[in-house]
Amino acid sequence: MTPATGHLLEVTYFVAAVLFILSLKWLSSPVTARRGVWAGEVGMVLAVAGTLLHRGIVDYKWIAIGLVLGAIIGVPLGNVAMTAVPQRTALSHAFGALCVTLVGTAEFYLRAPDVPPFVMSVLSLEVILGGLTVTGSLMAAGKLQEILPQRPITFKGQNLVNLAMLAVAVAIAARLVMHPEQMFLYPFMVGIALVFGVMLIVPIGGADMPTVISLLNSYAGLSAAAMGFVLNNKLLIVAGALDGASGFILSVNMSKAMNRSFTNVLFGAFGQVQTAVAGGVETRTARSASAEEAAAILSAANKVVIVPGYGMAVAQAQHKVRELYDALTKRGIDVKFGIHPVAGRMPGHMNVLLAEADIPYDKLLDMEEVNPDFPQTDVALIIGANDVTNPAARTDTSSPIYGMPILDVDKARTVMVIKRSMSPGFAGIDNPLYYLDNNLMLFGDAKAFVGDIVKELSGGGAHG
Amino acid sequence: MIKADLISSLYVFMLAAFIGFEVIRRVSPLLHTPLMSLTNALDAIAVVGAIILAGERKSNLATVLGTIAIVAATSNAVGGFIITDRMLKMFKSSRAPKP
Repeated sequence: MTPATGHLLEVTYFVAAVLFILSLKWLSSPVTARRGVWAGEVGMVLAVAGTLLHRGIVDYKWIAIGLVLGAIIGVPLGNVAMTAVPQRTALSHAFGALCVTLVGTAEFYLRAPDVPPFVMSVLSLEVILGGLTVTGSLMAAGKLQEILPQRPITFKGQNLVNLAMLAVAVAIAARLVMHPEQMFLYPFMVGIALVFGVMLIVPIGGADMPTVISLLNSYAGLSAAAMGFVLNNKLLIVAGALDGASGFILSVNMSKAMNRSFTNVLFGAFGQVQTAVAGGVETRTARSASAEEAAAILSAANKVVIVPGYGMAVAQAQHKVRELYDALTKRGIDVKFGIHPVAGRMPGHMNVLLAEADIPYDKLLDMEEVNPDFPQTDVALIIGANDVTNPAARTDTSSPIYGMPILDVDKARTVMVIKRSMSPGFAGIDNPLYYLDNNLMLFGDAKAFVGDIVKELSGGGAHG
Repeated sequence: MIKADLISSLYVFMLAAFIGFEVIRRVSPLLHTPLMSLTNALDAIAVVGAIILAGERKSNLATVLGTIAIVAATSNAVGGFIITDRMLKMFKSSRAPKP
């Protein structure tokens, strides 16, 4: 490399690293967030352009083919429906980890048998983390797309088998660090990591996906940072560290919101709480109401909090909910949305779905913001959410979800729950909220029922 | 990698991780989905390693693996930036005038 182009490359990488950090900083507020995307794009283009000037490159044919093919695949992946964003994200974790694993593998075979111990250690870390993220993310994407069964598959001694596999992969890595000339061991290390990724996701059910996606995000970032150590590329280390930190923070958030301990998440041993069964036969009765009654209660309210859950997205009711928001707002009623961290299929998913339905983001409140408001709220309207509103999490120490942070909807003057039937939610736990005196069940399909309420509200306008 | 490089790389990793924690902690839960798709797109910077592998032609294996790696990373970068921008475009305030 001539000094001039060598320095130019280093400068582009440095500027790209600065832009990447600014990119995430600008993302902190919706006002500046789009500038963040722009900064990321400029950084990426700069770094790629700088790399193309690398003097070691003798042939551009395959690079060009790769870039064009990648762009052709990338455009449709950037244009999926908003409901499909979780599986797209899982797929992109898989692609990112695939890139890292392939580069690590190529580096190993280029350098072996003379791989210094430190390089071999980080390279092993890179391909083990990368490999398990590839298959783990593909499994997660399959479950989210419902190609694979969402039901968790468990067997006796599962954790023991998984830990043993991981231990073998690490033992092989250690052997390779000491004896990099034993190249035949390398495929076994990667192979075990790939199988481990599958085994990691097999016991995980649909409701745990927000945690899993965040965790895989963190693994993908860490494997990219490890690749930065192998290639001595500081830009990669920065990007990998940022991604790893982001995934880590989101995993911790999600595990708190799901009432899982952090070690539980770190070792991927989630999905066990789901085997809990509902208690005895319920003898209490719940009151129900019609769309007309619901509309009357809503129009008499001053303050309404709508609590959406994934059931709302499944019923495609976002746009009807927007109409309800408009109808109530037009009457001078203060309408806000209370969003639990695990309301969607990945962190923040519910906010995106509601923003897509044109609901202003300053009306979307997270759990900590909205909970102090419930005692002053006239109506809490729950659409397609269940466990995240279950007061048993606060009071009943025997409940499997005891300790899970919930939305305190029961403190509102009136609670209305749109639900198909009295059946329990994902966790299979009965919800005592439904039998409270201030609770009304609105039985029906979320989309149709909200539509009926809107019709009542607009039709009943003459009565005041 | 010589020792001085290793130490400075470790410093870079440590500082970047701390910056990452501090910056990302401030991202509102409102934007956690775009956050994940954006960090994913930034992670696709791994493409630079793949480009050098595919361009150096040191071995056929390296060229093939490098090319596949370029495809995977580029699709992440392109798709990730597109979808992040699409999502962010939808976030509108009730106080701002509607476009």
